[in-house]
Amino acid sequence: MHPESTKELLINMGPQHPATHGVLRLILEVEGELIKKCVPYIGYLHRGVEKLSEDLTYVQVLPLTDRLDYLSSMINNVGFCIAVEKLMGINVPERAKFIRTIMSEVARICSHLVWIATHALDIGAMTVFLYAMRDREKLLELFELVTGARLTVSYPRVGGVRCDINQEFLDELHKFIEEFPKKVEEYETLIDRNRVWLKRTKGVGVITAEEAINWGLTGPTLRGSGVYYDVRKFFPYDAYDKVDFEVPIGKNGDIYDRYKCRMLEFRQSAKIIKQCIEKLPEGSILAEDAPKIRMPASPLKIDKNDIQFEIYIEDKSTEDFIKKFTEVYASVEAPRGELGFYIVCDDSAKPYRMRVRAPSFVHAGVLPRLCEGALIADVIANIGSIDIVLGECDR
Amino acid sequence: MNPLEILKRIKDNFPEEVLWFRCFREECDITVKKERIRDILAYLKNTPSLEFDYLIDLTAVDYLGFREPRFDVIYHLMSIKYKHRLRVKAQVRQRECSISSVVDLWKTADWFERECFDMFGIEFKGHPNLRRILMPEDWNGFPLRKDYPVYSELKDKEWQTYKELKEAAKGWREDAS
Amino acid sequence: METFYFILITTIKTAIYFGILMLHVAYATYAERKIIGHIQLRLGPMVVGPHGLLQPIADVIKLIFKEDIIPSNVDRKIFTIAPLISLTAALSTFAVIPVSQNWFISDINVGILYVLGIAGIGTYGIIFAGWSSNSKYAFLGGLRSAAQMISYEVALAMSLVGVILMAESFNLTEIVNKQLEYSYGMFLFPQFLGYFVFIVAMLAETNRVPFDLPEAETELVAGYFVEYSGIRFSLFYLAEYLAMFCMSALATICFWGGWTVPPFLLKIFPFLGMIPGVVWFLLKVYFHMFLFFWLRGTLPRYRYDQLMAIGWKVLIPLALLNIVLTSLIKYYS
Repeated sequence: MHPESTKELLINMGPQHPATHGVLRLILEVEGELIKKCVPYIGYLHRGVEKLSEDLTYVQVLPLTDRLDYLSSMINNVGFCIAVEKLMGINVPERAKFIRTIMSEVARICSHLVWIATHALDIGAMTVFLYAMRDREKLLELFELVTGARLTVSYPRVGGVRCDINQEFLDELHKFIEEFPKKVEEYETLIDRNRVWLKRTKGVGVITAEEAINWGLTGPTLRGSGVYYDVRKFFPYDAYDKVDFEVPIGKNGDIYDRYKCRMLEFRQSAKIIKQCIEKLPEGSILAEDAPKIRMPASPLKIDKNDIQFEIYIEDKSTEDFIKKFTEVYASVEAPRGELGFYIVCDDSAKPYRMRVRAPSFVHAGVLPRLCEGALIADVIANIGSIDIVLGECDR
Repeated sequence: MNPLEILKRIKDNFPEEVLWFRCFREECDITVKKERIRDILAYLKNTPSLEFDYLIDLTAVDYLGFREPRFDVIYHLMSIKYKHRLRVKAQVRQRECSISSVVDLWKTADWFERECFDMFGIEFKGHPNLRRILMPEDWNGFPLRKDYPVYSELKDKEWQTYKELKEAAKGWREDAS
Repeated sequence: METFYFILITTIKTAIYFGILMLHVAYATYAERKIIGHIQLRLGPMVVGPHGLLQPIADVIKLIFKEDIIPSNVDRKIFTIAPLISLTAALSTFAVIPVSQNWFISDINVGILYVLGIAGIGTYGIIFAGWSSNSKYAFLGGLRSAAQMISYEVALAMSLVGVILMAESFNLTEIVNKQLEYSYGMFLFPQFLGYFVFIVAMLAETNRVPFDLPEAETELVAGYFVEYSGIRFSLFYLAEYLAMFCMSALATICFWGGWTVPPFLLKIFPFLGMIPGVVWFLLKVYFHMFLFFWLRGTLPRYRYDQLMAIGWKVLIPLALLNIVLTSLIKYYS
């Protein structure tokens, strides 16, 4: 047959496909089972959160952040609150900081549970899915106990948290955390020493440390390649500098190491929660100068004493401009990586510009690099291992 | 390294380019002209004592009506080794709305620049594949520009039924009371 | 007249056999859902009837009355005929499978070859379905299935050569009776290597976990039958379960001594001889079916190239080794 008369098969994977974790669409150019080219298309879940938030007050933006990464909405809320607190110069009470840390880690466990469930299901191990969902259910019930919501919690507030936690919650949580490492072992007995699982994950989707940094990966996806970077350790927020925990890192940067990192994070999260419960201080849960919900919204009062600048051009208006537009970037360690909020403020009640640095967006971008040259089955394993949530990716 | 020192070094190496810098809440940003932005970023990335090996974020802000170089393209840099962060801003005018791409420095800039182009219409010269990413390919306008309306022009039409219902409900309430 | 009676009796036998088989398939789906459900901390079907016992019947009714959608761009003739090929092939294999002494539809002297040959024809149904669906996912599923079936059929057939050598016959009844001549009563013990290869190849041959690549849910959505719906879809399903039963029956006959009880067991527990042979046979088949479900509840899925590597680099050499060993022992003893 003539070489011109053959061509690669184009496969359109998604946006409706059981293993693309939402509405990711991949155009795969395959030769038999081998992938020659992989082009991701995103944007099917684009709701314009950044544009919308320019028309809402700071307090109103908070529920929007729930809808970014809907599996760990608590951490998104915390990230946004921290950015606004940094902008306004609010000091959060200690108790609120600890509560937020507890809640963040519970959300991390929840999110990782969904990850292990779906990742294992993608590779074909069905049973892990239900085991993980069983434990997530308990945590969601705990969320419900405190916040009244299971998924989109909107629990933290700028300057603290919405409501206090009670003893019942702490007891239940403590009980859960005590048994949780055993549950993690249970998932590991199902897959960790399984030859099929090892064959499917070891040496697949390898990305080296330098490349991982160059591609801007964060979170467990980066740490699987052996790079030590964790926002909780590098730029501590909330109560993370008051608790003792380790950041697990991998070595080879393959799917297995990324999997292992997250499995170890389960245990570290449990450790953090335990310490936080022990150290939980008494006191108020909301700062006194926290912004209140008012109609019409009042402008933000920003303390601009620590602004410091130097101008090298001759333009009179520049100084006013610099003083008017203050801006901060604050990031938190979301289950998927570094979730950053960049807020430009023009002294009005609404953010002038809010930018969400979404880890899933960056990680979806690395998919072609991981998939090209692999087999179709590896694409699914790779999507699972970088753990993307399309709500956050498309914003 | 102290952020102010880093700023000084940029100023020393590129004296013509730096417009101003500012520190606020322990974060420093430096505003530069766009012409040599690639060189500045390459310098920051490749100098061993700075080693900004990490491009955390790339985005833009539209200052329509406040300033003439209308856009700021914003690069958030970080160094894993030295644990420091820096914000570099490059001014882009509305007329020649373009800036050179940094995809060859950081692969992660690929999608960030595409998003920036999609949302602000800033062209990144030298980008291998500059297409819309979040919006459909045939979309008109650039959503995050300040002159792009938040509400659609269909706003009044779309909610017509709802409004009528609301008016009617008011009437019922009055009847009831 | 004799011919007429023969045809009549065979038809009646076939009808009875068919009815029992269908009931088995229906309740195999129920058993699978229940067993996997309990493995996965669920209850499985619970709503229709006590403990969901009527669920398979409800499923059958639903599948029969569901709208049969044929996409517009398919190759209509082949698309409609494909599930029938699969089903016919799967059903025909049971013609030679003896359930107990003298309980069979037909007792031909090349039973094993017949079963393997007919099971191979079933592959055509899958390839036709994949090809005619005019869908890339189905096509890939068909391709995978073709490659998988061909490579594993070799291993499957080779693993049985040892049994054939020991029994000196292709006839399935003969094979069972031959096993009684040995004191251990099952070929499972001398042929453990062959049994291992057979079990693995059997999983691959029936497209079950961990070799369910042709229908890998999370990769190819449903593989070769992704475009099928309603009754045609259920025919494929039926064929899959029939193939599972067929393979389980073959394993029972060739390695587990069919409906017989091993003589050494009979010596210790003489009362075991009272139980009719068919019960033993069914129990052994059920055990193998349970194995299918059990594995599905625990194992992930292999990748395509790994599957091929296992077939060609592990199973076939093992089967060959088994043949050499068996013939050497046979020759010198």
